[in-house]
Amino acid sequence: MDASTLTYIFVGISFALYIGIAIWSRVGSTKEFYVAGGGVHPVVNGMATAADWMSAASFISMAGLIAFLGYDGSVYLMGWTGGYVLLALLLAPYLRKFGKFTVPDFIGDRYYSDAARLVAVICLIFISFTYVAGQMRGVGIVFSRFLEVDIDLGVIIGMAIVFMYAVLGGMKGITYTQVAQYCVLIFAYTVPAIFISMLITGNPVPQFGLGSEVTDGSGLTVLGKLDSVLTDLGFTAYTEGTKSTTDIFAITAALMVGTAGLPHVIVRFFTVPKVSDARKSAGWALVFIAILYTTAPAVGAFARINFINEVNETAYAETPQWFKNWEDLGLVGWTDKNGDGNIQYRAGAPFDGKPTFDGEKRGPNGERVITNSVTTSANEVYVDRDIMVLANPEIAKLPDWVIALVAAGSLAAALSTAAGLLLVISSAVSHDLMKKTFKPEITDKEELLYARIAAACAIGVAGYLGINPPGFVAQVVAFAFGLAAASLFPAILMGIFSRRMNKEGAIAGMLVGLLFTFAYIVYFKFIAPEANTAANWWFGISPEGIGSLGMVLNFLVATAVSKASSAPPAEVQELVDTIRIPSGAGAGHKH
Amino acid sequence: MQSPEVKEETTSKDISERSNDYWKANIALLLKLLAVWFVVSFGAGILFVDELNTIELFGVKLGFWFAQQGSIYVFVALIFVYTSAMRKLDRKYGVDDEGDA
Repeated sequence: MDASTLTYIFVGISFALYIGIAIWSRVGSTKEFYVAGGGVHPVVNGMATAADWMSAASFISMAGLIAFLGYDGSVYLMGWTGGYVLLALLLAPYLRKFGKFTVPDFIGDRYYSDAARLVAVICLIFISFTYVAGQMRGVGIVFSRFLEVDIDLGVIIGMAIVFMYAVLGGMKGITYTQVAQYCVLIFAYTVPAIFISMLITGNPVPQFGLGSEVTDGSGLTVLGKLDSVLTDLGFTAYTEGTKSTTDIFAITAALMVGTAGLPHVIVRFFTVPKVSDARKSAGWALVFIAILYTTAPAVGAFARINFINEVNETAYAETPQWFKNWEDLGLVGWTDKNGDGNIQYRAGAPFDGKPTFDGEKRGPNGERVITNSVTTSANEVYVDRDIMVLANPEIAKLPDWVIALVAAGSLAAALSTAAGLLLVISSAVSHDLMKKTFKPEITDKEELLYARIAAACAIGVAGYLGINPPGFVAQVVAFAFGLAAASLFPAILMGIFSRRMNKEGAIAGMLVGLLFTFAYIVYFKFIAPEANTAANWWFGISPEGIGSLGMVLNFLVATAVSKASSAPPAEVQELVDTIRIPSGAGAGHKH
Repeated sequence: MQSPEVKEETTSKDISERSNDYWKANIALLLKLLAVWFVVSFGAGILFVDELNTIELFGVKLGFWFAQQGSIYVFVALIFVYTSAMRKLDRKYGVDDEGDA
C-alpha cells in the first residue's frame, strides 16, 4: 500500500472514532454543554487540556521554528509550558471554586459590572477567532499535502467533523474526543522522533539525543555538530541566540502569562469535580504537554541536521522526492544563483519574501522558476519552517505508515484545539451575551439551543477564515497571547488575590492594557512594518513580547484607580473570601 | 494539668481568623514555588544563560539545556509539589474538599 492509501485509512479510522464519541456523549443541559457537568476525572481532564492546548502550531510549526531559530526558539518552549505553573498556582483552583461556566462570568460577577463582562467577552472572542483561523488552515494544508484534495475541501471536511461533536456533545463531547485526539497526536509525534533519534544518534530517547554523539563518525554531539556546521555556513551557532536578552525575557513572559490567561484553557478547569482536582489536573495537563514539548527541541535539531545533509551542495536533479513535493506546493523554492546546478544553503534570505512562481515554468535543472528579485546572499534555497515536522518522516526515509500517522496526528492537534476554541466562543455568546446581558428570561433549554446555534455559526466563520485566510493570520498570533496577558490575566488574578480591587480599577486596567498592546502591535505589524526593528522598539521589546509590558501597565493603572475610588460592596468581598477556601465547591456529576 | 481556658481558646478561634492564617500560609508557599519557577526559566534559561553555557553536561550546554529541557521538567515537578503541599495545608486548617462530591 502506498502512503496515500495508508493516510486515508489512518485519518478515516481516527475520524470514525471522533464521530462515535460524539454520538455517545450527546448532552441535554447547559451545564453539560458548557462544563461537561463538572464531573470529569482530573487525569482525563489533564489529557483533554493537553490536546486542547497543543494546536496545529505546537504540532506542525514549533519544532520547525526551533530548528531554524536554535536557542531563540526557547521562548516558545518555556513560554508555553511555564504558563501552566501560573495557571495551577494562581488561577485554576479559585476559578473552579467560583463554579460558574465562563471566564467573562467570573469577571462580570467579581467586578459586579456588565461593562466588565462585556470587555471580557470582546477580548475572548477576538483571541479565540485569531487562534481558530490558524487551526482550520492547518487542517486544509494537511489534507492537501497528504490526501491530494483541495485545501478548501479539506477545511470543509474538518468543519463537518468538528460540527458533529461540538454541536451535539458540547464540552462533554469535546472532552472525550480530545482524550482520543491526545492519544493519536502524541503517538504520531513521538514515533517518528524515536526513529529519527535512532538514525542520527543511535539513542532511542529523543530527549537524550540532543547531547548524544552523531553516528557519522565525526565524534561530535548533535548540538556540537549543528553549532559547527551552521557557523561554517555563515549562520549564528545553534545554541546562541540572535535576539537580545531583554526581548527573549519579554516574549517568554508574555507567552507564559498569555497562556495562563487564554479562555479556552482556563475553562477546562471548570469541568473537574473539586478544587483539589483542578490543581491536580493542571499538573497532569503539563505532564502530557511536556512529553511533546521536551521532544520538540530534539526533533528540531535532528530536522536541521537532516535538512542540511540532504539538500546542501546537492544537485537539484538528485534531490529527494519530498523536496520536489513541497516545491510543488510552493513551500520550498530554489534559484541557482551561481549556475552550478547544485543547491547552496547559506545564511540570509535567498530572495525577497516568499517564493512566487512563474506558473508551471521549469528552469534548466527542472526546478520551478521563481520571479522574486534575488538577494546578494550566497543562499539559494527558501524553505518554509512549517514543513519540517510534516516532511521529517520523508526526509529520514521512514516507512509509509509513519507518514500516514503524522497526517492523522496533525489533524488531531488542529481539530482538538479548534473545538475547544469554538466552545468558548459559543458559550460566551449564549451565556454571557444572551442569558446574562440581553435575554435573562430564557430557559435552560432555550439557552442550550442558542449555544448550539452559536457553535454552528462560529464553525462557519472559522471555516470561512480557513478558506479565505486573511494575509495577517501568522502575524496576529502575537495578538492572542499579548492581549490575554495584558487584559484577562491581570483582571482575574487581582480578582482573586486582592479583596480591595473594584470595578473601576479592573475596567481601567483591562482597557489600558488592551489598547496599549493592541496599538503597539498594530503600529509595528501593519502601519509601519518597515520600522519594526529593535532600534525603534520601546525598551527593545518586540511586538511579540509587548504583552508583558501591557500587563505591567494593567496592574499599575488598576491599582491606582482602585485606590482613588470606593471599595467593592461587602457581598463581593465575601465572594472573594469564599473562592479562597477549597471546601464547598458545587457538586459535579459522574458520567 | 490541662487548663480548660486553653481548650476553649482553640475552639473559639473563629473561622475568619483561621481562614486568614490559611491564606497567609498559601501565599508563603506560592512565593517560594514561584521563586523556583522564575530561577529555572528566566534565571537559568535567559539571564544567566551565557554563564551556564560554559558548563557542559552530557554533551549539552547547561544554559541551553535549562532553556529547552530543564525548565519544563522543573515546572511539572513544581505543580505536583504545590498540589501535595496544598492538600496538607487544606487539612491542617480544616478547609479541604475531601467530603465534597
